[in-house]
Amino acid sequence: MVKQEKEFVNRPDNTAFTQQRLPAWQPMLSAGIIIPGFVLIGLAFIGIGVALFVTSQSIQVLEVDYTGVEQSSPCFKCSDPDVKNCVCKMEFNIDSLFKGPVFFYYGLSNYFQNYRGYGVSKDPNQLSGDLDSFKVPSDSCAPYEYVGKTPIVPCGSVANSMFNDSFKLYQIVSGAKIQVTLDGKGIAWWTDYNVKYRNPSVTPLKNAFNGTVKPTFWSKPAYELDPTDPANNGFINQDFLVWMRRAALPNFRKLYRRITEGDYAKGLPAGNYSLEIAYNYPVLSFDGRKKNEFLGIAYLVIGSMCVVMSIVMLIVYAKFKFPEEE
Amino acid sequence: MTWRSPLAVVRDALSGQRAREKDLRNLVSNLPYEGLDRAKQPNRYFPGNAIKTTKYTVLLFIPMNLFEQFHRLANIYFVGLAILNFVPVVNAFQPEVALIPICVILSLTALKDAWEDFRRYQSDRKLNNTPCFIYSRREKQFMERRWKDVRVGDFVKVVCNEIVPADLLLLHTSDPASVCHIETANLDGETNLKQRRVVPSLCISDPELEPESFNSIVVCEKPDDNLNHFKCYVEKPDKEKVGAGIESLLLRGCTVRNTDHAVGFVVYAGHETKSMLNNHGPRYKRSKLERRLNTDVIFCVILLFVMCLVGAVGHFVWLQSLPSVPPYLVPHSAGLLDSPGLSGFYMFFTLIILLQVLIPISLYVSIELVKIGQIFFITNDIDLYDEETDSSMQCKALNITEDLGQIEYIFSDKTGTLTENKMVFRRCSIMGTEYPHKENAIRLTVLDEHESEEEVIFNQRPLPPRAGWTLDPEDTNPERKQHQPGSQRKSKVSGNAQRDAAFSSPLETEVIPDRKLLQQISGAECGGWQIDPYLDFFLALAICNTVVVSMATAQRQRVNWLSHSSQRNTPLDTLSNLVKRAGSFRHIFTSWQHTPKQSRTLSEDSVIEEDHFNPPVKTEGAGDTNGLQTCSLQTPSQCDKPAATSNKLSYEAESPDEAALVYAAKAYGFTLLARTHDSVTVRLPSGQDLEFEVLDTLAFDSNRKRMSILVRHPITRECVLYTKGADYAIMELLGTPYAEHFSGSQKNIASDTQHHLDCYAKEGLRTLCITKKVVCDEAYESWSVNRQRALAAMENREELIMETAVQLETNLSLLGATGVEDRLQESVPDTIVALREAGIQVWVLTGDKPETAVNIGYACRLLEEEDLVINMSCNNKRTCTSILDCTLEEVRRYNEDPRNVDTTPDISLVIDGRTLTMALASDLQDRFVDLAKRCRSVLCCRVTPLQKSWVVKVVREKLKVMTLAVGDGANDVNMIQAADIGIGISGQEGMQAVMASDFAISHFKHLKRLLLVHGHWCHTRLANMIIYFFYKNVAYVNLLFWYQFFCGFSGTAMIDYWLMIFFNLFFTSVPPIMFGIMDKDVSAEMLMGVPELYRTGQGAGEYTFSTFWVSILDAFYQSLVCFFVPYLAYQDSDIDVFTFGTPLNTISLFTILLHLSIEIKAWTLVHWVIMLGSVALYFIVTLAYSAICVTCNPPSNPYWILQSQMADPMFYLICIITTVVALLPRYMFHVLRNSISPSPLMQARHLDRLVPSSRDQWIKEWRTFRGGGHVKRSGLSTPTSPTLDTPVDIYPQSPTASDIT
Repeated sequence: MVKQEKEFVNRPDNTAFTQQRLPAWQPMLSAGIIIPGFVLIGLAFIGIGVALFVTSQSIQVLEVDYTGVEQSSPCFKCSDPDVKNCVCKMEFNIDSLFKGPVFFYYGLSNYFQNYRGYGVSKDPNQLSGDLDSFKVPSDSCAPYEYVGKTPIVPCGSVANSMFNDSFKLYQIVSGAKIQVTLDGKGIAWWTDYNVKYRNPSVTPLKNAFNGTVKPTFWSKPAYELDPTDPANNGFINQDFLVWMRRAALPNFRKLYRRITEGDYAKGLPAGNYSLEIAYNYPVLSFDGRKKNEFLGIAYLVIGSMCVVMSIVMLIVYAKFKFPEEE
Repeated sequence: MTWRSPLAVVRDALSGQRAREKDLRNLVSNLPYEGLDRAKQPNRYFPGNAIKTTKYTVLLFIPMNLFEQFHRLANIYFVGLAILNFVPVVNAFQPEVALIPICVILSLTALKDAWEDFRRYQSDRKLNNTPCFIYSRREKQFMERRWKDVRVGDFVKVVCNEIVPADLLLLHTSDPASVCHIETANLDGETNLKQRRVVPSLCISDPELEPESFNSIVVCEKPDDNLNHFKCYVEKPDKEKVGAGIESLLLRGCTVRNTDHAVGFVVYAGHETKSMLNNHGPRYKRSKLERRLNTDVIFCVILLFVMCLVGAVGHFVWLQSLPSVPPYLVPHSAGLLDSPGLSGFYMFFTLIILLQVLIPISLYVSIELVKIGQIFFITNDIDLYDEETDSSMQCKALNITEDLGQIEYIFSDKTGTLTENKMVFRRCSIMGTEYPHKENAIRLTVLDEHESEEEVIFNQRPLPPRAGWTLDPEDTNPERKQHQPGSQRKSKVSGNAQRDAAFSSPLETEVIPDRKLLQQISGAECGGWQIDPYLDFFLALAICNTVVVSMATAQRQRVNWLSHSSQRNTPLDTLSNLVKRAGSFRHIFTSWQHTPKQSRTLSEDSVIEEDHFNPPVKTEGAGDTNGLQTCSLQTPSQCDKPAATSNKLSYEAESPDEAALVYAAKAYGFTLLARTHDSVTVRLPSGQDLEFEVLDTLAFDSNRKRMSILVRHPITRECVLYTKGADYAIMELLGTPYAEHFSGSQKNIASDTQHHLDCYAKEGLRTLCITKKVVCDEAYESWSVNRQRALAAMENREELIMETAVQLETNLSLLGATGVEDRLQESVPDTIVALREAGIQVWVLTGDKPETAVNIGYACRLLEEEDLVINMSCNNKRTCTSILDCTLEEVRRYNEDPRNVDTTPDISLVIDGRTLTMALASDLQDRFVDLAKRCRSVLCCRVTPLQKSWVVKVVREKLKVMTLAVGDGANDVNMIQAADIGIGISGQEGMQAVMASDFAISHFKHLKRLLLVHGHWCHTRLANMIIYFFYKNVAYVNLLFWYQFFCGFSGTAMIDYWLMIFFNLFFTSVPPIMFGIMDKDVSAEMLMGVPELYRTGQGAGEYTFSTFWVSILDAFYQSLVCFFVPYLAYQDSDIDVFTFGTPLNTISLFTILLHLSIEIKAWTLVHWVIMLGSVALYFIVTLAYSAICVTCNPPSNPYWILQSQMADPMFYLICIITTVVALLPRYMFHVLRNSISPSPLMQARHLDRLVPSSRDQWIKEWRTFRGGGHVKRSGLSTPTSPTLDTPVDIYPQSPTASDIT
């Protein structure tokens, strides 16, 4: 019998796996089975949609266009690129209280921060405080790499093109201008500020920048971006960080300040306001925009569709059901 | 090693090259040169015996492997893209990153190659170091060396059961007859022993060979790969030339059997040996699906170009429309911008790099993996495993599994494929008298009944001796039947135990003699030798063949049977022999193992039976005064000498027909005892051994369709030529009827025999005619001279040999004919019916006569009773044309007549080889194919191997259908190679068919499961997997494409490139592969139960033009949704590039995986693990990557992005709605299609969910509903065959059709 045993060496294993008999769940996609699922999904989506829509409705948005294309605009005079250090004022009115916290954004349209050549043009090592990269910036920064033979810090196109308009907001109460305190802290990602971007550990910071020049487009060197707060200078300047996080789409806005402190922490009361703009950034084209209600509407639509669909299914099911499902 | 000038080295190399290229080689013994420099060695130019099958060396592995891999177009494309990425103006990513995919794929392939090569290296080393014996002049004896030390010109000794190390010209063997038996299983899989003989008249001091005295020159031809052909001659010092052929060559890789030792002269060594030259790599076939796939890849290339062109033009237009130079446009170092045109041009290439994934390179790797998995499951299917031969399904071609699901035409061989090729002697006709062998028929019926029994009974109890067969027909008593299961099983087991001996099942080896014939013989035995045709008939059966005799017990062992036979016989042996001779076939394997006590009782009874057998011989012999020799041989003393050996004899025949005839002769007492090259020993019923001197053997060839043996009769000293062959090959060679010589009766034996032959054929038996011719000595002498000349010829040897054979085979005298049954294999009719229901046309191509073929056709339900059978057989082309036209017209009319839709009998075509040749001529080809297309089944008879492949080719090319050829013999090799899929049946006739095939199965019935289940599964799995793969790549890549519209067509990717690579390499690669290996749309039971389901795969199958484009369109839709829903949601926000890309990537992952979930038909644990694992892997890897990668991989900054996104509820809301919207249409489409008009497969899946009992009920109902009119299930019993003048009551309890099924 030993021989007998030996003879079946080639016999395949008789296991559920090798014989392809593993227990399996076989979902059947037919009308009858999916109706309840559809109804449930539809209702859930409608619920989410309503919630989102309501939330988006409660968001108040006010936009002020200061591009200055139209001659009537106060900023028209500044839109000429030859005019330097131009300041213009935009007046606007708030009908009802803007509940706090109020976020102050600046927006650019048709601005392709996502342009590939643009995105490449920076040196991450330099921005993380590597002093070697101060002396020899990455080639990816070209042509914003050197001025003559002096390296540019921060190098590259992204840094060079940093948005440099600045804003001051005043409430006009019976002719008097009361400045609204704008809070520039924490507008950038926490990780950008604390981990990703680092200043070289040289004190004072200015010394680290010896032998380098500021980007050609900049009016101040990196270490003097915020004269009021030494912790907001160099590469960890909040505005710089916000700018360096390149926008995904050509029409975008970026957080400029938040109104969280002082008298206006609860929101901007109704009234007249004046926005003082130090107009430096050369932007030309502009489009109007609306607040984003898309997601809420989408959920509503799809939710209703699911419900409609389940009704269709019901009809289909009634007409074409499988006999064995009876 | 002495220093040699480079010039000498070059000169030496050149002359070596010349020596190897020469048509004839002169080889001399190395011995006189032993110990000399290599430069002085005469055979130094020929390669040594060390082999190296490795492709690479350690040092050169990397460059050589890369070179190999770059032969693939896909890899070149990939590398081209990577290189393109190094060009700064067009690069899309960091150049190094672009190298990752190609490096991963190249290194994976290189690893696989290295492993395979290492395995080859190991096996080479093992082979090269195998010990062998080489003669050394210094030691004056054979010394143990290694295989690698063997050189051309050496003398090598091979002992029994050793493998021959190189191609040896046999010079000496231990066998007194100067023969050596070898087994060529390693080369061609044939397990029967073959005889090789020493180069004749080259006596080098027999009995011990002295290699040193060998001073002849061996002249042989350049090595070739033909295993059955070799030509050389040995030129002795006296200029005498002795020819030698393949019959004197021991091939490397063969095993020496039954010969103590043999010595040979090495003619070819190492890579020049025939076995090494035959070592071709695996064949590469491209499946139909893959061919279609390639066209779709081209569509993808076009799509890619269009998309890139859109991007390039878009970039140009975008640049043009910019009013001034915005700050985000980065100029060159020189501070200048490229012109929009040039930028657009560069952008084209950048986009090619960015969107390269659209061309699914990884698809090819995935397909290979999927096929490996599919093959794993096919080969592991226990239902395709054959216990009897312990062989599972073999897949030789690794890349055409899915073709199994698309077969439309099957071309089948008959013998050995539909039938078992276990030949059973059934009937014979001698001198115009028919002997029906009824008793044997009964035995077979009984055997059949028990063979079908499933239970295993090991009945160790010896059987009562009365169970033995006796001549009384009444002996079919219940007692005997009662004991049969045990004995049957036992003999089967023993048969298994010595499976090596070919054709040794009791079914074939045992024949119960016909009583009437037995009396005839015994009557004739003393009647004198010259005149009795009955004795001649059986002598011819015993002699006229190439059967090699070996000892059943000694076989494959180091025992020389000659010495064995001279030993004294033990009583046990004698006993068993007696039992055997009494015809008690059931005892052969068991009786001589009995305890002595039992043996004694056995012997007594056996003797009685012996008497029962012999009486007529004795009485008649005693009364015969003329039969001097016979009577003197009848003395009891003669019996003891040999009696023992005969039952241990085992016959090894090249064809089972031959074995069947030898066993038949043995049953009548004419036992073939031994065969050497020049003698055959036969024991007569009287116990006398006759040794015939074999003068020549005219081997069988397919042109002559016959074989002959020329012997000198030991008693009459006449030269007698026995010829056996196909009736049509013999009948025209007949001279004056033999009978006239000795009897006055003028009955026409030839016509009577022909009548019997026709009846045999109708019964489905294979027929052979046996003839005799006495050649006078003068004629033989003159013929012999010609023959020798032909044998020694170097040119046209085969033609000359055949000519001489034809010269001798004339004026034959007909002795009789035999009918051998080739039994249908198990479940063949079932399989054929199922295949036909599956929409497959089955053609049978056979070398048999039309009558035999038609009969088998009915038996295996290829033809049905109510079929309209068109018989095409004509002699000239004109009639052939007109017949073809008429039939075609008729068939068309039949088919077009609306009244005949249900009622017409199906049309079947039977065509013979000659007509087929005419019909396949180029002008009639179209008409023939058109006719054949309309026929339900086609039977081609008497076709040659070449015609078989021709038919396959014509049908395949004219009808553009998928063809499958199945066969078992060497004659099917052409056909197997011509078809899209070749299937070999590892049966009785060697392994050539299996070697040439793509898949090897052990029974025809396995074809059903192979095609209906595995074919269907493999096809649907792979087709769906490929479609899914295209979809997946398009859906993902299009995300990047849509983004181009929002980034100025600048080639920006919003997804980190590492994550993009990982997405394809890891996150979404395993699920489709698993889908391709494991998905199961319909259960195997359902597919087997409803063969119609197979039709879904035929033609284009699941993978059609429309399915491809629908999935591409779906991919476009889904990518639009996946892009624009997040786009609209994040519009005008402060979202940054990669924060925007992360939800897109995530949504894509979910959409792609859930899309697959919709497609997956059956979810097993493996599915769940892999699907959930992929999702988990995505999140784990991405989270880890986002946590670690602070400044890496610019320009992307993935740091903490996914983390921050996952903290934002918006992310989840967007993911959910986008995935739902993306998948809704496909889901709805599936649901609605399944509900409104479910496909047959869908219905089958519904039935699958039922409990087995009600499912079977449903299958039954479904079948009657769908194909009730077409599939005739009613006549499950095979139609009764026309019986040959035998009244039905002869078969007492057996069904009449039993001899067919």
